[in-house]
Amino acid sequence: MSAVTQDTSVSTGRVTRAFIYLVLILFALFYLLPLYVMVVNSLKPLPEITGGNMMALPREWTLEAWGSAWSTAQIGVSPTGLKPYFLNSIMMVVPAVALSTMIGAMNGYILTKWRFRGDVWVFGLMLFSCFIPFQIVLIPMARVLGMLGLAGSVPGLILVHLVYGIGFSTLYFRNYYAAFPTELVRAAQIDGAGFFRIFWRILLPVSGPIAVVTIIWQFTNIWNDFLFGASFGGVNQPMTVALNNLVQSSTGVKEYNVHFAGAILAALPTLFVYIVAGRYFVRGLMAGSVKG
Amino acid sequence: MAAPAPADFRTRLQDWLPKLVLAPSFAVTILFVYGFIIFTIFLSFTGSKMLPKFDTWVGWANYHRLFSLPEWNIALKNIAIFASLYIIICTAIGLMLAIFLDQKIRGEGGLRPIYLYPMALSFIVTGTAWKWFLDPGIGLENVMHQWGWESFSFNWIKSNTMAIYTIVIAAVWQTSGFVMAMFLAGLRGIDNEILKAAQIDGASNWQLYRRIVIPLLRPAFLSAFVILSHLAIKSYDLVIALTNGGPGRATAMPATFMYSYTFTRNEMGVGAASAVIMLMTIAAIMVPYLYAELKEKK
Repeated sequence: MSAVTQDTSVSTGRVTRAFIYLVLILFALFYLLPLYVMVVNSLKPLPEITGGNMMALPREWTLEAWGSAWSTAQIGVSPTGLKPYFLNSIMMVVPAVALSTMIGAMNGYILTKWRFRGDVWVFGLMLFSCFIPFQIVLIPMARVLGMLGLAGSVPGLILVHLVYGIGFSTLYFRNYYAAFPTELVRAAQIDGAGFFRIFWRILLPVSGPIAVVTIIWQFTNIWNDFLFGASFGGVNQPMTVALNNLVQSSTGVKEYNVHFAGAILAALPTLFVYIVAGRYFVRGLMAGSVKG
Repeated sequence: MAAPAPADFRTRLQDWLPKLVLAPSFAVTILFVYGFIIFTIFLSFTGSKMLPKFDTWVGWANYHRLFSLPEWNIALKNIAIFASLYIIICTAIGLMLAIFLDQKIRGEGGLRPIYLYPMALSFIVTGTAWKWFLDPGIGLENVMHQWGWESFSFNWIKSNTMAIYTIVIAAVWQTSGFVMAMFLAGLRGIDNEILKAAQIDGASNWQLYRRIVIPLLRPAFLSAFVILSHLAIKSYDLVIALTNGGPGRATAMPATFMYSYTFTRNEMGVGAASAVIMLMTIAAIMVPYLYAELKEKK
């Protein structure tokens, strides 16, 4: 999929243009609104929210809610704040992303440059696995994790995300390597280069862009996952599950400012990635939907 | 029998190596995806309650029970409302924003990331933000009252009949920018010569888009439909964070139904049956689409 190539040659009148700008700006406000509400209210003391206006800027700016969300808020039964869960998410995401990307690169290389009978079927089966509703695997997965002694642990979550992440990473690398001239691989083979050497010397050096796309995609998906975390996290829940526990807890006063601060904390890593590498993020989204 | 020469062995190893390296991934997929699917399908024909039990074959009983449960029927009704509104509104907004952005807009580079950033957030974050924004006590309703519009009322999120629409609002907020990006890529791929030719023939802008541009965007429509319907059927996190299926069970969805019947109500057989129905629905949409995509490739 090529990115921005050309503007349309359609021309529009003045009134139409004014209308178009108005609509575009209104929608920008619509998309920014929840972020504004979250940030502004996370910086207010609680009474200013319950007795005040959600859209107003804080009269008294404070980082108290942030401190509370990070280190003292009640999550489930213990007042630990979101910090340990944030660390759980990091420990889960890093190996899962690294492994699924490396495996995906190998798979993509094999499926395009070492084709064999039935390779399209192998790929098709892996591709469909990206789109199954994960409800269909929850029950057996719980059982398998239990048998492996990985239930309720971070390694268990890594395994789950790795298993269901390979499909997408394979898809990305396969589509990318498909455009790489196979003649170069054949030439290297005739020169006596082996399977790993060709990958290492010829394909890996050109894999930068697709590796970034894959890493961002896997990172966003795994960090944002809730279903697997809630089902298999046990006491080692990831950030999303802890945030939900914080917000849904029915005991005590609802500390909206802490909820908002927690929500931003949960969003920060993926937002950060989006801000520094938005271009690749969009490319990944497109490659995951329009396979071509 | 003579031992194979080292060189011979090496070539044969090279022949096998790719398959050997691919094998673990393939095996894992077969076991953890297709094996598990078969496991769950099998389970849906057993009387499993809290734990899987394979010696209690009950035939189609779980499916009969599933479709007689009021909660499942509510979930089906909700997913029908949610999915259709979500797909239609996202497509409409996405198409409109894409066409507007394509008019040589100043600041396009600044607007596009604003439309798209919600896609980077988790549904739990989106749900939390909208939950409090739509809360009548502190959110939009209160804001309007403070600004002097005393009679303003917006309590959909607390209403049995309207709460499902708040899920549509939050979900549209999250993904419509992504649909915009898909359509924009489609628009940018259209050859300007075609448009110029039509303009010379005297076509108005409206006709240009209705007769030429939108029909040319067919592949983007198809991808948007497939992605959005697949997201809609899987929607679980957003419902949990926004309404937790409530008020009562007004916003129950197949995904929340499956989870609660399997893990909290100890009706694993029924839960498995509901998961099978979800899989079949998604497969009915995805398999033809993926098949066509793969066939094109060959």
